[in-house]
Amino acid sequence: MTLTLGHFLSLGAMLFALSVIGIFLNRKNLIVLLMAIELMLLAVNTNFVAFSYYLGDMHGQIFVFFILTVAAAESAIGLAILVLLFRNMSSINVDELNTLKG
Amino acid sequence: MDVKTGLFYFFSIVLLFAAFRVITARNPVYAVLFLVLAFFQAAAIWILLKAEFLAIALVLVYVGAVMVLFLFVVMMLDINIDSARKGFWKHFPLAAFMGVLIALEMAAVLMGGFRVSEEPHAVAVLGQKSVELSNTRELGKLLYTQYLYPLEIAAAILLVAMIAAIALTLRERKDSKHISPYDQVRVKAKDRMTVVKMAATQVAAIGEPAPAHTEENKA
Amino acid sequence: MSQTLSASTLLAVPMAPLLGAVLAGILGTKFGGNWIGRRMSHSLTILGVLLAFILSALTLKSVALEGAHFNETLYTWMVVGGLKMEIGFLIDGLSAMMMCVVTFVSLMVHIYTVGYMEEDEGYNRFFAYISLFTFAMLMLVMSNNMLQLFFGWEAVGLVSYLLIGFWFNKPSAIFANMKAFLVNRVGDFGFILGIGLIVAFAGTLNYAEAFAKAGDLAKLSFPGTDWMLITVICICLFIGAMGKSAQFPLHVWLPDSMEGPTPISALIHAATMVTAGIFMVARMSPLFELSETALNFVLVIGAITALFMGFLGIIQNDIKRVVAYSTLSQLGYMTVALGASAYSVAVFHLMTHAFFKALLFLAAGSVIMGVHHNQDIRWMGGLRKYMPITWITSLLGSLALIGTPLFAGFYSKDSIIEAVHESHLPAAGFASFAVLAGVFITAFYSFRLYFLVFHGKERFDQNPDAHHGHGHHTEHHEPHESPWVVTVPLILLAIPSVVIGFMTIQPMLFGEFFKGAIFINAEKHAALEEMARGFHGPVQMALHALTTAPFWLALAGVVTAYYMYMINPALPAAIKARVLPIYTLLENKYYLDWFNENVLARGARALGTGLWKGGDEYVIDGALVNGSWKMVAWVSSVVRRAQTGYLYHYALAMIMGIFVLMTYFVWLK
Repeated sequence: MTLTLGHFLSLGAMLFALSVIGIFLNRKNLIVLLMAIELMLLAVNTNFVAFSYYLGDMHGQIFVFFILTVAAAESAIGLAILVLLFRNMSSINVDELNTLKG
Repeated sequence: MDVKTGLFYFFSIVLLFAAFRVITARNPVYAVLFLVLAFFQAAAIWILLKAEFLAIALVLVYVGAVMVLFLFVVMMLDINIDSARKGFWKHFPLAAFMGVLIALEMAAVLMGGFRVSEEPHAVAVLGQKSVELSNTRELGKLLYTQYLYPLEIAAAILLVAMIAAIALTLRERKDSKHISPYDQVRVKAKDRMTVVKMAATQVAAIGEPAPAHTEENKA
Repeated sequence: MSQTLSASTLLAVPMAPLLGAVLAGILGTKFGGNWIGRRMSHSLTILGVLLAFILSALTLKSVALEGAHFNETLYTWMVVGGLKMEIGFLIDGLSAMMMCVVTFVSLMVHIYTVGYMEEDEGYNRFFAYISLFTFAMLMLVMSNNMLQLFFGWEAVGLVSYLLIGFWFNKPSAIFANMKAFLVNRVGDFGFILGIGLIVAFAGTLNYAEAFAKAGDLAKLSFPGTDWMLITVICICLFIGAMGKSAQFPLHVWLPDSMEGPTPISALIHAATMVTAGIFMVARMSPLFELSETALNFVLVIGAITALFMGFLGIIQNDIKRVVAYSTLSQLGYMTVALGASAYSVAVFHLMTHAFFKALLFLAAGSVIMGVHHNQDIRWMGGLRKYMPITWITSLLGSLALIGTPLFAGFYSKDSIIEAVHESHLPAAGFASFAVLAGVFITAFYSFRLYFLVFHGKERFDQNPDAHHGHGHHTEHHEPHESPWVVTVPLILLAIPSVVIGFMTIQPMLFGEFFKGAIFINAEKHAALEEMARGFHGPVQMALHALTTAPFWLALAGVVTAYYMYMINPALPAAIKARVLPIYTLLENKYYLDWFNENVLARGARALGTGLWKGGDEYVIDGALVNGSWKMVAWVSSVVRRAQTGYLYHYALAMIMGIFVLMTYFVWLK
């Protein structure tokens, strides 16, 4: 059986779904939340690369490049915020972050 | 089944397993390590897709820098592991349902729209090109001509991220004698000086010469 | 030759009493600092009214003898759209006669008050009020447009309210003045509707212009219905007359208005204010002539009032109330004459009635003064020995009232009875029965009053609630005659009560006196025409009357009263015991007061309370104001739950959103 685009796309979908599950499941650990976001980005990147390969267009890979850049920046800042949060609340429990409750 | 397909399946299964363990690991350090594993598998898959540069960049930059950063933070924070696990599986049904829904939807969308079942025509061309031109060079050619402006902006974003991270977590030194210039400029005369009225002369008590005070100044 | 009267002379007629009223009212009371005393107040006001009377008499002379006429606007005070609001005078036979009557009776009442209100604290205030009333009434009768008429109308209603409640510390007086004002208001509502309709369809408030368009108005029907417009207008105007002239069922305020001092009962509630309605209908005769339905309505209401109010007069024990019901009954007579299109007869009766009714009221006041403020006729009797002048003048007034031939009342009443007989309107049958029966009733109660007060045994010491608290309770005072300021007006009023009918019937009813003032459609409503054919002079009319029914009915009434109250005094009580239900009905004034107080007034208050509780509090405050914020609060309390503050909920929302959008765009579009 040859590899088709569909294989890679379903891989990406499953990875994305797993990370979505991860966001919902992790109510106690903010770090794992951030890691799930990284997984999401990874799934999207895989999609892009697969498309780039199967459609013969380099632009997909360029976009992955930029996604990588932004993801790095975002995780850096996210972790900085996490550190601040821990400093102030001494906990990374997502359940305790409800001061914006209406 | 040829080698490529087999490798793909192997790498995918490990990837999915690692992703699953990321989100269900009890110990956050384990979670980070499993994430590293997941990234490695992804990089391998990308090499299968002939995107070598990106695969290497993923390993070097992403795993090497960002994941290490995660590991630093996880180890730095003093997390109570046990309390972090209570009630974990309570929400699993809903989450699983959501996940499955998303996955099916995406698959249906993507597959319905892109019915590409065999190796595309362009691959042959790309395959040829990949013999003569490296992936890196291709990437570079495109990046520095068409995407020059976004490249510069990406650099600026990284700079901003760095400054932001530092600015957010910066703590003041407690023994510094630094005074904010803003406060210095905003000072008013009545914050510094008080004029107290007193009698010009004071009658001295009998038998005691007392000097006459005129005004007192407080610096 | 038609001579124009002088505008400044005419202006002086209402202004002189007004000036007197203002001076007495402001400078003579605490309001202005009590600058002028009693003598000055009454002198100023009497002077004002005297001047007004002299000028009115001169005007009447010009109008009657020289045919003078005046219809001009003196001042336009506002113009709205095309509608002009003016102050102007229309002087013709009708208004000249009214001016004289009003000023003469007012002058008599002013002089009388000097004696009657001598002991009262509000002396200056009273004079100010009665002069103000004179001003308002004169503006009413002299006006040449409906707005000024309405101004005068409302102003006399206001002064009537002020005067009925003159002794404002008495709760019954306050009840009475509110009742008068409110019942009047009901009438005024109809009146203003009528005026509004005239303005809407004729576009003008001026009498002359509106009457010129009357022919066109008669062809229109009230929009949206089958009724003729002119009928609706006339009935609305008549409702106003019903309120002011106390016709059934808006008569309920007049007996209660006896709470006020007797001079005002004479001035306002006998001679002048209550006749404003009659005057107004006579003035509007061009309109009324065009609507047979309205004339029928007028006839029926007048007949009901004339008859049924007379019945009530039979059983009253308060001297003023007997005269009040007599007034109501006579107003009914005037209204009946209007309905029979004999407007000049109605106005003639208005004039004669003004004289003898004012006389009767003032005499009643004199009697009250004489027996130390007891008003119950059961505890009077034999007063002719003590108060001769009052006695003689009362007798003359009563004879005039019952229609004794040659007296004033005879000419006017008999003319009314004849006019109703000659009328061919459908309601004329009932009306003629009513006015005939009324003659007997009138004679009966008038002479019942006369005999009980002036003849028979003296019963003053039998009074169970004798008047205390005056200070002069040392000996049982005998009744005494009143001072000259009281008796001279009585004499001066008695003279016209006797002679004026004889003198003026020819020119007023059958001559040219009301030409141009009153309009009669002679072909359709020929009553006056037929009467004119049968008239051969006042003496002949008096002789002829000896053969007609009214004379004998009146005589029968006098004889019956004599028998029941002089010869056989036990008879009234025996009759009362036999017909107790009827007696109770009469005593409760046909339960109209009960109806007004318990059904209408209570109903209105209940409606108000219902609207307050139900409408204001429940709907507006509860549902709209409170309800709207409660609704907002409830919605926001529900929506607020989406703001949990938890990251994963927000992420869920985002994912759900993406899912929905994807489904929509990919599959459903």
